[in-house]
Amino acid sequence: MIPPVAPADARRRTVRPPGALVIKIEGVTKLYKMGSETIHALRGVNLEIYRNEYLAIMGPSGSGKSTLMNMLGCLDTPTAGRYDFNGKNVAHMVDDELAEIRNREIGFVFQTFNLLPRSDALHNVELPLIYAGIPAHARHEKALAALRNVGLGDRVHHRPNELSGGQRQRVAIARALVNHPSILLADEPTGNLDSKTGEEIMGLFEQLYDQGHTIIVVTHEEDIARHARRIVRLRDGLIESDTTVA
Amino acid sequence: MTRTIYEFTESFRIAFGQIRANAMRSVLTALGVIIGIVAVTLMGTAINGIDIGFRNSLAMLGEDMLYVQRWPWRRVEDWWNYVNRPPIRFEMAEQLNRIIENTPNSLLEVAVPVAGRGTSVKAGDVKLTGIVIFGTTADYSRIVTTDVTDGRLFNDVEANTGRQVCVLGSSVAENLFPGRSALDQVVDIRGQHFTVIGVLAKQGEFLGLFSFDNQIVVPLNALRKYWGSRIDLELRVKVRDKLRMTQAEEELTGAMRRVRRQLPGERDNFSINQQQAFKEQLDPVKTGIAVAGLFITGLSLFVGAIGIMNITFVSVKERTKEIGTRKALGARRRTILLQFLIEAVSICLIGGVVGLAITFFTCLGISVALPALPVEFSAGLMVISMVVSIVTGIVSGFAPAWGASRLDPVEALRYE
Ligand SMILES: Nc1ncnc2c1ncn2[C@@H]1O[C@H](COP(=O)(O)OP(=O)(O)OP(=O)(O)O)[C@@H](O)[C@H]1O
Ligand SMILES: [Mg+2]
Repeated sequence: MIPPVAPADARRRTVRPPGALVIKIEGVTKLYKMGSETIHALRGVNLEIYRNEYLAIMGPSGSGKSTLMNMLGCLDTPTAGRYDFNGKNVAHMVDDELAEIRNREIGFVFQTFNLLPRSDALHNVELPLIYAGIPAHARHEKALAALRNVGLGDRVHHRPNELSGGQRQRVAIARALVNHPSILLADEPTGNLDSKTGEEIMGLFEQLYDQGHTIIVVTHEEDIARHARRIVRLRDGLIESDTTVA
Repeated sequence: MTRTIYEFTESFRIAFGQIRANAMRSVLTALGVIIGIVAVTLMGTAINGIDIGFRNSLAMLGEDMLYVQRWPWRRVEDWWNYVNRPPIRFEMAEQLNRIIENTPNSLLEVAVPVAGRGTSVKAGDVKLTGIVIFGTTADYSRIVTTDVTDGRLFNDVEANTGRQVCVLGSSVAENLFPGRSALDQVVDIRGQHFTVIGVLAKQGEFLGLFSFDNQIVVPLNALRKYWGSRIDLELRVKVRDKLRMTQAEEELTGAMRRVRRQLPGERDNFSINQQQAFKEQLDPVKTGIAVAGLFITGLSLFVGAIGIMNITFVSVKERTKEIGTRKALGARRRTILLQFLIEAVSICLIGGVVGLAITFFTCLGISVALPALPVEFSAGLMVISMVVSIVTGIVSGFAPAWGASRLDPVEALRYE
């Protein structure tokens, strides 16, 4: 079901027509109570994200990017507002229901890779499949395929400390995609990489987009955001602009 | 369902990876559990061993035997009530046997007089001390609890005429006549010569106190010739049905009172003893060992459990970010709970296995070095210690594991 990887070409970008509505948030707010002080991390955000989109969330530090990202990734629930994921309201779901959605529908890529240090690449990628209850053999096959897809077919038995930063992030991406999620969420995926490796990772994202993945990237670097087809800018917990760049 | 199994195996995999990565820490933590398990299993083996040794020893006394003696087999405070009891005499055995014969459906089979006295014996240059000489009649063959491996016991004629023949306990035979047959050899007992006509099978020690193999059995009449006819003795009475010992004892009490011509209302001036008396005396010893063992076990397991709880809290803290990652990838609360519980249980189980191994080799060492000491390692002990280890792990791991499972994924991911 995954089409063959096309060579990345930054000048002639493919734009796939948007598919079904995946995410719809309405009037979402998030408050943090710090003693007597209340911090408004999100002040009422409306956003719709469709299948086949490649979206960048930008904004200055503290503008609420990560908060929004956590919300979109079902790691957190809004203080108020509505969040429909694939048509289901997740705003009031309990922990384990959210875990189920994260496992099946969402792939996370973190700035700090977050790989298990004592497990090899293969086992790291197998992790979401274990939680999904996939039998060992199928797990193995899927994890291998996911690693090959990110160009690490020859590094499956390396542990994180035997891999370069870029390779680690590729393992993390393979892990995020192994369960065929609806969306790929990446919070500052190149934040811990040098600019050349960062570009390579963005090239990989380009390929994944071409393969049919829906990608949301949080970044504060224009160079990174440039890869996306749509850029949402946050400021002080509100959406400042939402532009489509073809 | 299958998902739970995968999560289980994943948890074990993580647990063992974690323990291997922190080997020293894990071993130190398991120490309390190790000590606890060693304590509980050693206590178990001790009680087990005592029980078995005890049963063997009681078998030497005979389960179906009543002993008529002046003193009871228990400590008495009012010794003055016993010290003036008239002695038990040879003739009383005959009188008792006559009553038994004349009692229809008597529960008693036969009464045999036995006189015992410690002395030393000689044969050639070899001298043995601490030997018990038993004088008895030919009826002894009906109550003897061991086999005669060599030769025979004395017959009626030898017994009645007081012939100077003897039957040796196995140790006596071995020590006096090493490497050769004792039969037809002569043993010097207090200046009198006795010819060996039989050797008894090996019986072992009685409660580790004295050996039944250090005895010599001779005709009572031979003893009476030299040691006087007023010699104090006991009557061993065999009971037909060992399940009715209480009734048999009642019958024997009545018969003995007739023999002793006791008036109604008068207190018995003899005691009837049986192996049961030892059991009653041994029970407090076993209870004592159990209480001490349980105290040590409880204490060390408590310390061990706190150690494991602590180490699990540390483990949760150290891996907060990992917990966040796992939750982001779809681990549910139960999964995380299971992971840390299994980690705690694994440490406990390792401690349990090590403790069990220590006990096993200790028992092995004891049985090689001190074969007389009854130690008994059993499968039941293994089960008990595994269960104790697992329970300790669950109890001590639960609080930290619960905490871990409740962590907010966002908070956990932000943790540095
Ligand atoms: N757990 C929390 N408790 C209290 N305040 C919080 C918490 N998480 C975020 N905030 C606050 O919410 C606001 C938005 O934070 P957020 O992490 O979303 O910013 P960001 O846009 O991701 O910034 P950066 O680019 O630095 O990562 C900030 O003011 C932050 O201090
Ligand atoms: Mg952020």
